[in-house]
Amino acid sequence: MPSVKIPKKSTDTDMTPFVDIAFLILSFFIMATKFKPPEPVEITTPGSVLSQALPESNAVLISIDSTNKVYYALLSEKEPEKFDDVINGVNSTQNLGLTPTEIRNFRKTYMVGVPFAGLKSFLNVDPNEQAKVDQPGIPVLDSTNNQLLWWIRLTKDAFKGQPLKFLIKGDGNSKYPAFEAVVDALRKNEEFKYELVTSLEDVPHGSELKKVQRWQTK
Amino acid sequence: MASIDTGGDGGHKKGPGVKKAKKLSTRVDMTPMVDLGFLLITFFVFTATMQTPTAMDLNMPKDIKDKDKETEVKQSGALTLMLGKGNNIYYYEGQLEVSAEKNNFKQTTFKEVRKIILDKKAEVIGKHYHNPEICNPIQESAKKKGDPDWQDACKDVDFVVIIKPDADATYKNTVDILDEMTINQVKRYAMVKITDVELGLIKATEQSTGIK
Repeated sequence: MPSVKIPKKSTDTDMTPFVDIAFLILSFFIMATKFKPPEPVEITTPGSVLSQALPESNAVLISIDSTNKVYYALLSEKEPEKFDDVINGVNSTQNLGLTPTEIRNFRKTYMVGVPFAGLKSFLNVDPNEQAKVDQPGIPVLDSTNNQLLWWIRLTKDAFKGQPLKFLIKGDGNSKYPAFEAVVDALRKNEEFKYELVTSLEDVPHGSELKKVQRWQTK
Repeated sequence: MASIDTGGDGGHKKGPGVKKAKKLSTRVDMTPMVDLGFLLITFFVFTATMQTPTAMDLNMPKDIKDKDKETEVKQSGALTLMLGKGNNIYYYEGQLEVSAEKNNFKQTTFKEVRKIILDKKAEVIGKHYHNPEICNPIQESAKKKGDPDWQDACKDVDFVVIIKPDADATYKNTVDILDEMTINQVKRYAMVKITDVELGLIKATEQSTGIK
């Protein structure tokens, strides 16, 4: 009897298209990812049902950490010279006597959480090492010495005639007086519109917001 | 799987002195490269989409020095919520009345506050009296936005929630209560500084119930 020949199939597969797609996806994610700058403090934001994308430029980010310390950060990626405008304004109004190196360091500083008296020594630290510095926070709670007022005023001066947004990023466990002091500093600068940074939460079923969202999306 | 074709066993020698060059395969083992590729993909996928912070709008009123220009609130439509220690909410409807015969100062939690807001809203809507002077513009603007229930848009015009966080309230409490306003579509609400009388009542309640 002639034996039936079973053709031996190769287990080799051509992986080239597979690899092509994989690397296409890889390059997409590499380009699309933006890494967060190192933050000196960790802030857990509370959730909210409202969602909007955060602005990345022309904005001031005011952070409140869990121990009620207040930090100031300028977001202006497109126009780095705004950093110089702000720090020069701080330098001249507060008579800090900053050196050109310290002024240059401010461009790479992500967050400032020191009173004006400590700003010179803080900016003297290399920007890459600044995240490790223990910052006491900008004094805000004393209404006669609310230094955030100056930061906001000088930033507004630097962005004269341009839109400027104010973001408040508070830790869920920070107490209300710190938030009130931040709002107070903004209010005294005639700014009444803010955006609170939150993480996204689901809208509860059957609530009135759900009904409104239904006809708004139609 | 992809593997290197060794190609070593095909070299037949035809006679002495005939040296044939080894045929090297052009195929390369791509497995390690693919492994690494997918490792990187998973890494970037996770870092890219894990955290997407969003923003919530907050509008604060201007400081009004002139008493005459302050917005008046109808007592019957007002609900005052005070945020205290340990995620507690204290509230009263209309004017605060604390006496032997009447006491409208009550305590609640974040879970139950939605029902209180909705009940008060329903009560205000039930008492609504149509005033064309105030109502017509509100109805018109709702109609323009495409609200199918534009005729009801004016019914909660007298409903105002006043939010008063005290020094022990956390930022999360504040955001949560503002969120509650959005969820329940409270159109008029305000954040106001707490008064000493209210603060005293909260302190007394906290002491008697032992909230820390």
